Amino acid sequence: MESLEQIKSRAEAVVPWSKIDIIANPGPAHQPSLLLDNEHASAVALFLRDDPALRLDFCSNATGVDWLDRTVKKTVKVKKIVDGEEKEVDETTEEKIPGYLEAVYHLYSITLKHGPLIIRMRTTDRSDGARLPSLTPIWRSAEFQEREIFDLYGVRFEGHPDLRRILMWDEFVDHPMRKDYRDPDDYEYEPTPHDDVLERAKQHYTVRPQLDGAENITAQP
Amino acid sequence: MTEQIDEGLRSELQRQGVWVTSMQELYNWGRKNSIWPLQFGLACCAIEMIATAASRYDIARFGGEVFRPSPRQADLMIVAGTVTKKMAPQIVRLYNQMPDPKYVISMGACAISGGPFKQGYNVLKGIDRYIPVDVYIPGCPPRPEALLHAFMELQSKIDSQKLTGQNRAEHLNVAQPSEFPVPSFGEHDLEPPANPDVFHPPKIERQS
Repeated sequence: MESLEQIKSRAEAVVPWSKIDIIANPGPAHQPSLLLDNEHASAVALFLRDDPALRLDFCSNATGVDWLDRTVKKTVKVKKIVDGEEKEVDETTEEKIPGYLEAVYHLYSITLKHGPLIIRMRTTDRSDGARLPSLTPIWRSAEFQEREIFDLYGVRFEGHPDLRRILMWDEFVDHPMRKDYRDPDDYEYEPTPHDDVLERAKQHYTVRPQLDGAENITAQP
Repeated sequence: MTEQIDEGLRSELQRQGVWVTSMQELYNWGRKNSIWPLQFGLACCAIEMIATAASRYDIARFGGEVFRPSPRQADLMIVAGTVTKKMAPQIVRLYNQMPDPKYVISMGACAISGGPFKQGYNVLKGIDRYIPVDVYIPGCPPRPEALLHAFMELQSKIDSQKLTGQNRAEHLNVAQPSEFPVPSFGEHDLEPPANPDVFHPPKIERQS
């Protein structure tokens, strides 16, 4: 398969006004991906499917990612004149990135036996009305997975033929895979609570100082 | 009444070819050897239940091989697997549709308490929150022998049930409910999250 840069430049040439970014992945998986702009995502996806050199005819997986508001600290070495001398000084800039929801698709080609190519789309915010174009008309296999993203993350896919909840019931209003989701507080007795469960246990039962908090243990004289 | 027949006299009579029994004994003997389970499974425990019904373990030896596809014909509900919150109302509805006398086996860690999914948002923390359970089987999943053991436990429970008096079987007591309210789907959780008439969690008192 071609490199992502080649695919990006060819897609941008075929689909006018489209804007594609390459998202690097510094992790050990090292799978960089293409970030499509929402307006031209369908046209670019159609190009990826039908281009004779790519033929990405199989969408194996579609999933969501929830990104909270975050601040990214960047440290840049800047040359500054300090006491009449030129020195290299570290300058830290903080960039606030507002939260968004993301849909990630893994594409393969069955005919040409290559892949995966990973494409992403991002919503503008994390509100309930967050929207993305549906890729179900292009890859039918995305239908249930986009329903799952809608159910668990709350992304509305425009152009989806049957956008309903798939796992939770229709009356459910929350989106459980969002990072700020709080599940109903129906804690029940747990014999060996730890971590988050221990915090819940402390809210429901009186604390046992000799077991739950080591700082309360005092040595016998 | 069985208790009123002297065991020595009974065996003596049997040796002479006279078989003495009571209505209660005959009734319970018939019931305990023809427990028809409801045919449904929810998760991996159902595979063990199928193995129990197949020839190697053969639940037919205990009279329980007639798995009924309709709750109207079933005596026993084997809750075999993880009960999700989306599934719980259907289980209670199936239980309500079963005729009395009816029994429930809660099979496996999930059906007892939610098991490994206990801290999740979508799994019911035990079917005993909505319907009364007669026998619990621990295990993940329990082996077919464990299900057979639970079946035998249920048989001995049926055998010990009384037909009359204060301690008579629940299904003979008009005041005992045989149907339980079906929970509805709420905006965040099932409504109500547990039936307080059925569900009595152990109260843990910790000394501070």
